[in-house]
Amino acid sequence: MSNTAQTTVLITNEVGLHARPSVKFTKLAKTFAADVEVALAADGPWFDAKSIVKMMAAKAPKGTVLHLRARGETAAAAVAALAALVERNFDEDEAHARTA
Amino acid sequence: MAGRPEGGAKEREVGADGKERNATANGSLSLGTPASPGYAEGPLFRLDRPQATYSPKGSADAEKAALDQAMAAATDGLTELAAQMSGEAADMLEFQIAMLSDDALAAPALEAIAAGEPADMAWRMALDAEIAGYEASEDDYFRARAADLADIRDRVLRALSGEGEQAAPAGAILVGEDITPTRFLQTDWSAGGGIALAAGSAASHVAMLARGRGVPMAVGFGESLAGAGGFGLLDAEHGRLIVDADPVAAAAFHEAAAGFRRGREVARTYLAQPAATRDGTSIRVQVNIADPSDVETVDIGHCDGVGLMRTEFLFGKVLPDEGTQLAAYRKVLEWAGGKPVTIRTVDAGGDKPVPGFTVEETNPFLGLRGIRLSLARPEIFRVQIRALLRAAVHGNLKVMVPMVAVPGEYAAAAALFSDEAAMLAKAGVPHKMPPLGIMVEVPSVAVAPELFSDAAFFSIGSNDLTQYVLAAARDNGRVAALHDVGHPAVLRLIGNVAAFAREQKIPVSLCGDAGGDPAAIPALLAAGLRDLSAVPAQLAAAKAAIAAVEL
Repeated sequence: MSNTAQTTVLITNEVGLHARPSVKFTKLAKTFAADVEVALAADGPWFDAKSIVKMMAAKAPKGTVLHLRARGETAAAAVAALAALVERNFDEDEAHARTA
Repeated sequence: MAGRPEGGAKEREVGADGKERNATANGSLSLGTPASPGYAEGPLFRLDRPQATYSPKGSADAEKAALDQAMAAATDGLTELAAQMSGEAADMLEFQIAMLSDDALAAPALEAIAAGEPADMAWRMALDAEIAGYEASEDDYFRARAADLADIRDRVLRALSGEGEQAAPAGAILVGEDITPTRFLQTDWSAGGGIALAAGSAASHVAMLARGRGVPMAVGFGESLAGAGGFGLLDAEHGRLIVDADPVAAAAFHEAAAGFRRGREVARTYLAQPAATRDGTSIRVQVNIADPSDVETVDIGHCDGVGLMRTEFLFGKVLPDEGTQLAAYRKVLEWAGGKPVTIRTVDAGGDKPVPGFTVEETNPFLGLRGIRLSLARPEIFRVQIRALLRAAVHGNLKVMVPMVAVPGEYAAAAALFSDEAAMLAKAGVPHKMPPLGIMVEVPSVAVAPELFSDAAFFSIGSNDLTQYVLAAARDNGRVAALHDVGHPAVLRLIGNVAAFAREQKIPVSLCGDAGGDPAAIPALLAAGLRDLSAVPAQLAAAKAAIAAVEL
């Protein structure tokens, strides 16, 4: 499995990577077989994107550039899906986007 | 100031040892401040339960098994609780479950166990380290998560010591440092019971909930509650808690409780009557509604309408769509028949954060809240406006906007209403423009109401007006004594608004807690108000208090 993927995404969500976004992010990460890691800087430290304890400990506020990398089966799909979730503000404003 | 006796906290008796607790041969008395009047007796149930002792299991494997089992039990308990919750409470529980289910949380504890620590010590050290990380954060939001971690820590420690998930026994008096709204909501109050807190505030959301539900509650007992246990008699009319009372004290308590109940009965005889002062001036008394289900506790025949229907209940887990809002507003309008229903546009921010809507601020009471937030997020506000315009055809709707400070905010809100009405008209959707009024709660409005003569009506929000005039946060127990609607400065502003409104023939009412507070009502009527709005539980008491006033 030399399958790898990497990308960066800007956190635009108002309160950053707080509790509910972290729940959503780690839940989504766990749906992929690939090992997924996250870092706040290109040179790490990298931590497990499937661990909410680690994600919360990163305390990433709004404006943080999140680095994503994955290795293994579905690596590309995992990175794309997680980056899209961050870009969608973790679907936090889904309800009014739908009705406004 | 609801239910606070004259003097309030000043009535505290300080013993010779300087402690506010008088131990007697057969019981001990603690003194606090009333937050929701009433009497309750029952076993004390500690919210911050001391940990039962944990017996080490002897081997690292057995310690690990004990911790695994305790974490599984804690997760099960949380899952069960989450299934009954919605909105923010459910989100909070889901977060706690996710944290507990993450192997990374227990990893340091497991290392410590392998090194010979017992499970309870290992878990406590691991979680305390994690909590310290959150407490050190510069971000308010992450710092606040320390409380969630502490909750997780204690839940697992309880499971470890075999205490399991403790629900308060029916009729118990909940005792602790403070109580969360969630804890209040998940407690079954049908068999009675009450709340006595070491800290807490009569102006907190929990106190408001307690008054709404008629649950006796007193706060500010301080250190005298430390370690209290046994059978308690809670007099939340005067802020007294007697533990393991002797027969004399118990008899006095029962007499006072009976007197309080008789007073309530007498008040009840006023419930069905239109309110009037002793000298015959009729007073309108409306009700405050926090949730559409509140209408089930009120007979519309007993009140003159809804003086305040909050809409924050709609803004929980997800922002509500137009249909959801329309259904909620329509339910209350139809219940009220032709009587007016005053709906307040969403008053988020301050002490009422809404995920995905409000912003984190260091000083939220002075920040982006109420109409300021609604105007900053017009895409959300417009959804509510459309729902209100459409609901207006189903009854006698009035709409008011909260936290107005300058006329431009009212004008901007009114323009959005006109804009949405025009669009609904173009689309052929049935709708109606309701009278649009303002809350008077920012001192700038109360000082210079003439700037707002365009408003269709005024509604005085006495809780916020008091906190802004006296610069005393309503949710801060340390300054609770300053938060007094009876202060001459507050009453003078209320009088100023009432006089201007009368002169301009603008309807004016008051919908804060003071509107249902028998102790505050005489001064409010003297200030010129003739229209009050109270929570359903205070309706009878408010009418009884009005009947005793001579104008």
